[in-house]
Amino acid sequence: MQVIINGENVQSSADTVASLLRERDLDPKRVVVERNRAVVAREDYDATPLNEGDTLELVQFVGGG
Amino acid sequence: MEDCLTVGGVNLKSRLFIGTGKYASDDLIPAVAEASASEVITVALRRVGMGQKGVMDYIPSGMRLLPNTSGARTADEAVRLARLAKAAGCGDWVKIEVISDTRHLLPDGYETAKATEVLVKEGFTVLPYINPDLYVARACIEAGAAVVMPLAAPIGTNRGLQTKEMIGILIEELDVPVVVDAGIGRPSQACEAMEMGAAACLVNTGIASSDDAVAMARAFRLAVDAGRAAYLAGAGAVRTGTEAVASSPLTGFLR
Repeated sequence: MQVIINGENVQSSADTVASLLRERDLDPKRVVVERNRAVVAREDYDATPLNEGDTLELVQFVGGG
Repeated sequence: MEDCLTVGGVNLKSRLFIGTGKYASDDLIPAVAEASASEVITVALRRVGMGQKGVMDYIPSGMRLLPNTSGARTADEAVRLARLAKAAGCGDWVKIEVISDTRHLLPDGYETAKATEVLVKEGFTVLPYINPDLYVARACIEAGAAVVMPLAAPIGTNRGLQTKEMIGILIEELDVPVVVDAGIGRPSQACEAMEMGAAACLVNTGIASSDDAVAMARAFRLAVDAGRAAYLAGAGAVRTGTEAVASSPLTGFLR
């Protein structure tokens, strides 16, 4: 399945947001997810499906002023 | 009674806010945080996997996180970033930073006020980063900002209180705390801002770009405390003209 992650076309076999994070070795406690422009609450990662063509932003807190 | 700064219903003993950007190593952040005695620390939000490491593991628990919306060029982008930051589960404070001028990094007051209005309605405690402009400040306050954060000098320049007169006007005119943000590079500059009646200072580059960030964090803590104490004490009048005014009695001299 093809999805867009952080602006790049990516092939993924994940079927939920949670499994996508596992696939990419990302800590769900540290990553915030936006799917098709809507924020996905952390408690919904398991229940949020991934569909062909979804646009995802995966962000985290980094150093800043 | 203890001298606290109240922001969004939270009482803060420390009037020094610190950042997490540009340290030689993020390993310094816990010691910097401790030496600063700060209770508020800023972070930015970025895409994962772009070479930037997450910073959360370095932030002492118990500190209040102040995510900024850096990278936003419009109110809509700032709102989007703020919502993502809130979803991270680290509270509802946000520093609105809307900048489309990439050379001087000056904040867009109009977009900042718009974002403030939207986010306050969503329950955020909003701390807008602004030019020290009275009308922009009032627009943000009208929109529900908890404080205003005027810049002392352009971001990251360490040039100090270049906008001193304008910040003085904000302090005089506004009923919300004025937190001086950006450009403060030396403890003496933070002290001066506090003496003027600033409610707090936010310092990132001034600490992070020093030779010894932990020692500089302590120096800023002392300076902010000293400036605050001086403000509360009320400084004596400045005499104009060229004549001196003796401090010792002018009678009873030995002759």
